[in-house]
Amino acid sequence: MDSLQKLEAHSVYILREAYRSFKSLCMLWSIGKDSTVLLWLARKAFFSHVPIPLVHIDTHFKIPEMITYRDALARQWHLNMIYGENTAAIDAKQTFPDGNIERLQCCKFLKSEALRHTLSGEWPRYRLNHTSGNYEPDTNREPYTGVIVGVRADEEGSRSKERYFSPRDKYSEWNIGDQPPEFWNQFKTDFAPGTHVRIHPLLDWTELNIWEYIEREKIPMTSLYYDQGDGRRYRSLGCYPCTTPVASTARTPADIIKELKTGKFANIAERAGRAQDKEDAGGLETLRREGYM
Amino acid sequence: MKRQHMTVVIVGHVDHGKSTVIGRLLADTGSLPEGKLEQVKATCARNAKPFEYAFLLDALKDERSQGITIDTARCFFTTAKREYIILDAPGHIEFLKNMVTGASRAETAILVIDAKQGIQENSRRHGMVVSMIGVKRIIVLVNKMDLVHFDADAFERVKAEYGRFLHEIDVQPIAFIPVSAFYGENLIAASAKMPWYKGRPLLEELDTLTVKEQPVNLPFRLPVHDIYKFTENNDDRRIIAGTIETGKIKAGDAVTFYPSGKKSHVKSIEEFNAPARRTAQSGESVGFTLTDELYLKPGEIMALAADLPPQTSVRFKANIFWVGHAPLVEDKTYKLKLGTAQVPVKLVAIVRILDARDLSSTASQKSVNRHDVATCILETTRPIAYDLAQDIETLSRFVIVDHFEITGGGIIIEALSEGASTLHDHVSAREKQWVSGPVSAAERTLAYGHKGKFIVITGSDAAQNSTIARLLEKELFRHACKAYYLNMANLNSGLGAESGEVPDTAEEEIRLLGELGRVLTDAGQILITDLNRHDAYDIEKLKALLQPFEVFIIQAGPHTTDARLTITSTETPTEAVARICRLLKDDAILMDYNL
Repeated sequence: MDSLQKLEAHSVYILREAYRSFKSLCMLWSIGKDSTVLLWLARKAFFSHVPIPLVHIDTHFKIPEMITYRDALARQWHLNMIYGENTAAIDAKQTFPDGNIERLQCCKFLKSEALRHTLSGEWPRYRLNHTSGNYEPDTNREPYTGVIVGVRADEEGSRSKERYFSPRDKYSEWNIGDQPPEFWNQFKTDFAPGTHVRIHPLLDWTELNIWEYIEREKIPMTSLYYDQGDGRRYRSLGCYPCTTPVASTARTPADIIKELKTGKFANIAERAGRAQDKEDAGGLETLRREGYM
Repeated sequence: MKRQHMTVVIVGHVDHGKSTVIGRLLADTGSLPEGKLEQVKATCARNAKPFEYAFLLDALKDERSQGITIDTARCFFTTAKREYIILDAPGHIEFLKNMVTGASRAETAILVIDAKQGIQENSRRHGMVVSMIGVKRIIVLVNKMDLVHFDADAFERVKAEYGRFLHEIDVQPIAFIPVSAFYGENLIAASAKMPWYKGRPLLEELDTLTVKEQPVNLPFRLPVHDIYKFTENNDDRRIIAGTIETGKIKAGDAVTFYPSGKKSHVKSIEEFNAPARRTAQSGESVGFTLTDELYLKPGEIMALAADLPPQTSVRFKANIFWVGHAPLVEDKTYKLKLGTAQVPVKLVAIVRILDARDLSSTASQKSVNRHDVATCILETTRPIAYDLAQDIETLSRFVIVDHFEITGGGIIIEALSEGASTLHDHVSAREKQWVSGPVSAAERTLAYGHKGKFIVITGSDAAQNSTIARLLEKELFRHACKAYYLNMANLNSGLGAESGEVPDTAEEEIRLLGELGRVLTDAGQILITDLNRHDAYDIEKLKALLQPFEVFIIQAGPHTTDARLTITSTETPTEAVARICRLLKDDAILMDYNL
């Protein structure tokens, strides 16, 4: 088995362990390459089916192609697709692009809080009706006790400390100093009422592994990752006011792999185009402690 | 050829320089993102703090302020030979669980010892635990050689002493290397400061190691992870899913599941988005369909019928390490997770507890405390399948869960016979102490017109079981019998309600039912109940608990074990009940004049 096969087998094991252990389980799908690979791995684990609802947090500032791609794939793969949002903040224009709050505060409102309340079921969830093609309020308001997330350890410092199965308390807080042990392939699958567990099947993957796997498996990605002719592409996807494309002529996964291995990106952090990471020394860590992915 | 990766864990006593070793490896192999080194150096300069390579890893604010690594960080570096994943395990004693978390995923361990401070308690403890959890390849770095003026004798002293210790715990180290991580001596390239050292520098030593082969030549073992039947898009496959631990298999092979002993043949190997294939081997997460529709539960081990079977027992001897805040004690039920099986487990006895300070062992302790390494006898409430550590190590590994948390781990080193189980001990102790009233069983039989009896109706059709059980109560009562139908739900919401947090409700149900059945049979009652989600082992247990009485088992539907009566699908409930009553008479449970 090569590295990718080993990574795949381990991620599949984690997904099956999660599916077996948590009655109310969901998977976050940001539409980005990592969580799309995760979605593909779910199809591997469950033999082409995806028996887990996919949750997307819509900030209303996502690059429009992302939403189009999400719904197209949801229909094609018969996904149980759900989205949540911070309606109050969006309606009151309490956002950074509206010029009313700081950048990190905006991430907190539109992502962390929207996510927390969508997971807990306190705020409405909208579910794709495959017959009508529309999103309708979901009748299931049960809190999700297991949440599968596509974070990778190589992304930045705080993520390198993550467990495969990482408990959060009822305020979604992460106690970095006292994490559960994980011996061999045995994870924390027992949890006290009121808490939930985040599950990270992609922890050992690197950005390069992700693209190599996308190429090998021919996983469909949103075109935003590829140069469409203007010499620019996105390396990491987010909200359009806070994410900038990079100059690159990579048009295929193979081009990107070459670029990552030898080209100008070999030594530049992947999230360099994501503004929230730079706000203070531990911008992303602070966000993550508060529940950001 | 595809490039392989190797996972390496760095362990050792606190402040012996593990993070510095990794920081250096990352920096000197050019594995840091551009600007990271400069960024950390600038941060240090701003805070008027001397730069250290360890800061590269301590990416979290918390850690910088505490000055110690609190968790297992993963970092990646690449050499011309392969990719490495380095796990930085904390050395502080409080964080042993994090160290083991890191080490249990590693193939190789680098153990760091401070040349000046010498061997400390955790140098020994980590060496011992690392070897127990299966990392057999250990490179010992004698670090901070600059503090002992790169003196060969200082190095040789540590080497001799630690070498003796490793020998005692049966570990052959790959190498001892004198290094100064702070100055980068003997890490990437041979050190000019220590010309007396003739061995390889660390990086070269790592590159010469071979990546562990997948264990394809061991007997085939697949812990059954789950059984899937997704019906969407007319998918009618019933798939046994799991990750193959060892060995290889092909379509058509005869397989046996343990501990149930059920048998079938592999019909197909299932995978998504991959070409059809006839074989699968260790390391792969795949699926199988079988030629028979077996009722299987997750947790069984699938083995080739032709191979040596795994062990199955309820009692075994194991080496364990404990990281729970509360000690491991007798008379408390924990949860054991082995492979994909989860069963309640109890500590039966402590054989010995190892002392990391001087390797002496003590057996006088009544509990296994936090950070103890011990040999124990454990017993599960139902048989589990496993292999011994010396046979197939991965299938000997288990963890123990106490109150939602993993609090210990271990490896099984010996299977023990079932003769001496705690259930057996419990029943004989109970019967020895049983105090009877003045009315004898014979007097009761005469007065009631029947003997006391516990009748269990079992089978997979819950509705049918329940119909027969209820009808039987009515029929017996009509004939003046002291018959009573007990629904299991009543037992759980009544007697069982106060049990609190029970790791396995099925186990607790059987225990309550067995004890209650014992009392009511003695009281001369005919107690009737129906069970449908319990297996043959539960029934065996129920029988044991009912001693000195016998359970009267009626099996509805196919697959009978040793039922007194089997009811066929063509029989009506009335016919079934009539047959049961006749049999009760034949067995002299009901007196002749009664029916």
